[in-house]
Amino acid sequence: MGLVPISLLILLLLSILIFSTTTLLAQDEEQFWEELLLKPLPDRKILTHFHFQSEASLNNHHSFATHHHLFPKPISHLVKKFHIKEMELSFTQGRWNYERWGGFDPISSSNAKPPGVELWAIFDVPPLQVDAFWKNLTHALSGLFCASINFLESSTSYSAPKWAFQSDSGSLRYGTLPREAVCTENLTPWLKLLPCRDKAGLSTLMDRPSIYRSFYHSQRLHLRSSIAEDRLNSRIILEQTLTIVLQPDIQRAGTNYLSETILQPSWSLSSIFGRKINGRCVLAKSSNVYLQLERGLVTELENLQKDSAIFAANDTGSEDFRRYIGFELSVNPSKVHKEVEKSSSILYEYPIKEYKDSEHFDLGLTWKHPLVWSSPHAPLYASRFLTGSGNERGAIAISLKSTESTQGFVAANNVEEKCTLQVNILQMVPWYIKVYYHTLQLFVDEKPQAVTDFVERMRVSPSEDKVSPGLMELVLKFPCEAKSAVLNIDFDKGFLHIDEYPPDANQGFDIPSAIISFPEFHAGLQFSDKSLKKSPMLSKFQEKNHVLSYTEVLLVPLTTPDFSMPYNVITITCTVFALYFGSLLNVLRRRVGEEERLLKKKGANKGLLLQVLAKLSAKLRGRSSESAQPQSPPPPPSPSSFISPKLVFKVVLVAGVGVAWQYYSQ
Amino acid sequence: MKKVQWFWISVLGSIIFRFILFYSSKNLNLSSRPEIATPLTSLRRLAEGYWLKQSSMSPYSGSMYHGSPLLLTLLGPLTVTRIEGQPDHLLCGIVFVIADVVCAMLIRAAGQTLQTAYSSRLKLVGLNHLSQNSEVLPSGDLAALVYLWNPFTVVACIGLSTSAIENLMVVLSLYGACKRLAPLAAFGWVMATHLSLYPAILLIPVILLFGYGLDAPPRKLFLQRKKFEVANSSSSDDNSLEEDMRNQLSTLNVFSWKSVSHFLFWTLLWSSYVLVLCSIYLRQHGGLQELFKRTYGFILTIPDLSPNIGVFWYFFAEVFDFFRNFFLIVFHGNILLMIVPLALRLNHRPFFLAFVYIVISSMLKSYPSVGDSALYLGLLGLFAYELRDMQFSFFLISGYVGTSLLSPVMHNLWIWRGTGNANFYFGTAITYACFQIILVVESVSAMLNHDRMLKKLSTAKLVKT
Repeated sequence: MGLVPISLLILLLLSILIFSTTTLLAQDEEQFWEELLLKPLPDRKILTHFHFQSEASLNNHHSFATHHHLFPKPISHLVKKFHIKEMELSFTQGRWNYERWGGFDPISSSNAKPPGVELWAIFDVPPLQVDAFWKNLTHALSGLFCASINFLESSTSYSAPKWAFQSDSGSLRYGTLPREAVCTENLTPWLKLLPCRDKAGLSTLMDRPSIYRSFYHSQRLHLRSSIAEDRLNSRIILEQTLTIVLQPDIQRAGTNYLSETILQPSWSLSSIFGRKINGRCVLAKSSNVYLQLERGLVTELENLQKDSAIFAANDTGSEDFRRYIGFELSVNPSKVHKEVEKSSSILYEYPIKEYKDSEHFDLGLTWKHPLVWSSPHAPLYASRFLTGSGNERGAIAISLKSTESTQGFVAANNVEEKCTLQVNILQMVPWYIKVYYHTLQLFVDEKPQAVTDFVERMRVSPSEDKVSPGLMELVLKFPCEAKSAVLNIDFDKGFLHIDEYPPDANQGFDIPSAIISFPEFHAGLQFSDKSLKKSPMLSKFQEKNHVLSYTEVLLVPLTTPDFSMPYNVITITCTVFALYFGSLLNVLRRRVGEEERLLKKKGANKGLLLQVLAKLSAKLRGRSSESAQPQSPPPPPSPSSFISPKLVFKVVLVAGVGVAWQYYSQ
Repeated sequence: MKKVQWFWISVLGSIIFRFILFYSSKNLNLSSRPEIATPLTSLRRLAEGYWLKQSSMSPYSGSMYHGSPLLLTLLGPLTVTRIEGQPDHLLCGIVFVIADVVCAMLIRAAGQTLQTAYSSRLKLVGLNHLSQNSEVLPSGDLAALVYLWNPFTVVACIGLSTSAIENLMVVLSLYGACKRLAPLAAFGWVMATHLSLYPAILLIPVILLFGYGLDAPPRKLFLQRKKFEVANSSSSDDNSLEEDMRNQLSTLNVFSWKSVSHFLFWTLLWSSYVLVLCSIYLRQHGGLQELFKRTYGFILTIPDLSPNIGVFWYFFAEVFDFFRNFFLIVFHGNILLMIVPLALRLNHRPFFLAFVYIVISSMLKSYPSVGDSALYLGLLGLFAYELRDMQFSFFLISGYVGTSLLSPVMHNLWIWRGTGNANFYFGTAITYACFQIILVVESVSAMLNHDRMLKKLSTAKLVKT
């Protein structure tokens, strides 16, 4: 008797033991990092880039009953259920300014996203099932992020680029929703995926008003599952980044107005976000803040240093903790990293660990000298615009202008016989923009050129009405000397059914951004310090990614029908058809001789009645024209003229048919 | 002789006029006007289809091109753009001018046969005085000139609309039927049907033309006459001329199955030939199924709602999706519904029946263009004599002029300036449809009245003798 509870107890204990060990194991496997990068931008703005990374193992690939400690469960479900190899979802508001904020660094290549929602995913399923998985994925994501990602379900809004976007496999699907409004309801579910949410750690900085006041913010979720051969080492890596470009409030530091306008605005975390970091998220493996100074800025600072060194030789800073006189930091960095190349960017590292909870971490930067620099640009500056007027047709033009990096490239490749610059263009066009691909024109240095001379490869999948969008992938090779190139392609504007127009039809329709990538150029920072490999954000920065830029979203106004007219149009058109049918049939079945005979007969039969009626009507008319005020109502016409056996028969017939219809239809 | 000279001079004039317009109409953009270039007839779309085919894709991928693959091989190479981006308009233009002129010549020849046959038939019923006096322009020449100088034809030709070729095929089949050339008629009918589907209903008039011969006064008159002749001949034996006439009278009412079956045989041959050619052309791109889906399917389901001079685009842009299929059936049924009544009533005038069918189909077709109107207005000239007494002719002419001037204005206001509204443009389309309805109803009515008059005169003559 007493054995049973004891054995039960032992079982319970055992199970608890087993469970705890497994959870301990799981905990070991799951990791989380949080990082924040701050970077002053040339146009008095500041870039803040949050990077959160979670990793979990994908041990039991097919069971859904795994428990996670740090890794968000919905994400692991997504990966398992939809067999996602790689996926990226971004919500963006505002447009990344490639001219001012740079186009050659890792952030602009991988975190500058087109406005609205962009989603792409690579599936690990047979090609025929990819579409079905994509559709389900969009619905799952739309529920997860409170966004209308489910509109990407319709085959008119996504496409399958083959090589211009990501070079691998046919199981890639790409879709964008340029119109999607991004707001705090999208950020909250995104934050929910973090183990500390926004209660502790770096994410406490995310003050909603300051985020949504920014010039550009892009919240991105990148998911990668690396499935190893043995299944044991397969992992899911979830990267969540939030990139914000903010204009710091100008701090009143006692300087006069003139110097304030010349000087870059000084800032601190509390001044740009209105909050301070209260401590790290204890679940994070590391939580660091970095401050990056761009190459251009560093060279400016070094020049300044040299100039001032002549006057003041009392620079006490050691080589590692080099302190520039151009600015002052409120907190001393624990480490300084420098890129290996000669003119290179500098990274200051601040591990949050080292700052106690009592003293809030509030990094600030005060500029001492006015500095002007520029960010590194992409080889070609791409922009896109519409030409033509009216609502019938138009043309899309993609213009590529060379920047200073092209010249650098030319200088580097001068030894080669023929220096060429490869540009990949991916252009997705919704079906109601009916593109004539045969009208593709190319102007190099403003001279028309044969397209075949410059197009290395071209893949077009034309749009199907109401089925699929048009997709154009181009590989162009320009000579390096080319200053500018313009691609021009004509289109007709389609006309939609009234139900297909969005609620604000007169605003126009968006053409998603074109993607311009430069496969010969790699955006990546090279740091000699091996310790930086541990930081997921910095190791991401050191990856060699293609330089990528997005063009503007185009707004195409389409003509609208009159939305209030359906009934009128239906009745008028049907009237016209009835007119045609009735009158033509009348002409065909008319027999003049018969009619004359019938008329004669009728005249003989009903002569009296007709005469009376005619007289009556004439009298009434005459009277009403004579006297303005209405008289007593005219006497009803004699019932005999209305109720004829024919009429009665017709009424009975119609009623009978109606009754029969009712009876049988039930 | 002088008249003939004058005719050729005006034909030449119309050709020169076209070429002048080709040179000077670069900025008119006629080839993208909605009145001229429908999704089916636009040469730009054809060029896109040809480009897709050249880059080893199906010419039908991308819902741009919906025409025949045979047109692609004919016109495609002419549309290839040069580096400057300007297609070779003139080469293409020559094709369309040739098509127009050949079409006009065929109309003229058909008209001449029609006229001679008709006057001989009138002679048979003893109404010689009613046949056209040769003082005025013969109806064939008139029709040809109307076709060549009609602004609609000119505009469709300058706008490089493929409807010129469709019209040529229709006229070819009618001409072949007039001349009783079964292979030619069959070729024309098969090609016309292949190009634009609606000429399929011309099968009935063409068969009637082969079966009964050309337009004639109602068959009853011949029967009456025959009876009368038989009654006469019983009393007194006549010479061989009378005998011959009697024989002719008796053959007139016989439906000649032989020539009809000949025609049907050729139709079968040509259609299988066309289908084989198409399937060879589209072998790698879905074959015939794709062809039927993208051409006939496109015509019947009306997925393209871009504005044109018809009424369907706005109707189907506005109508509730739930009723879409119902109205598609009703509207296409409207064309089919009138086929039988018209054929019953006008079977003694197959050519006129063909004309009426052409008017109806160009009025109720899903993507009408002015090229279609050009054809029936040209054919109308053939019946100028019979339709003399048509009502509302002035009203109709002013209506046509008015709508063809107002419609571009409304389109400009709506599409380009943005000050107008779709309803105004649709209003002109509705008016245009109404005028076409009046035209077809009045012409049928005038023709039937003409027959009644013939009947009256003939019976009166018989009674008198």
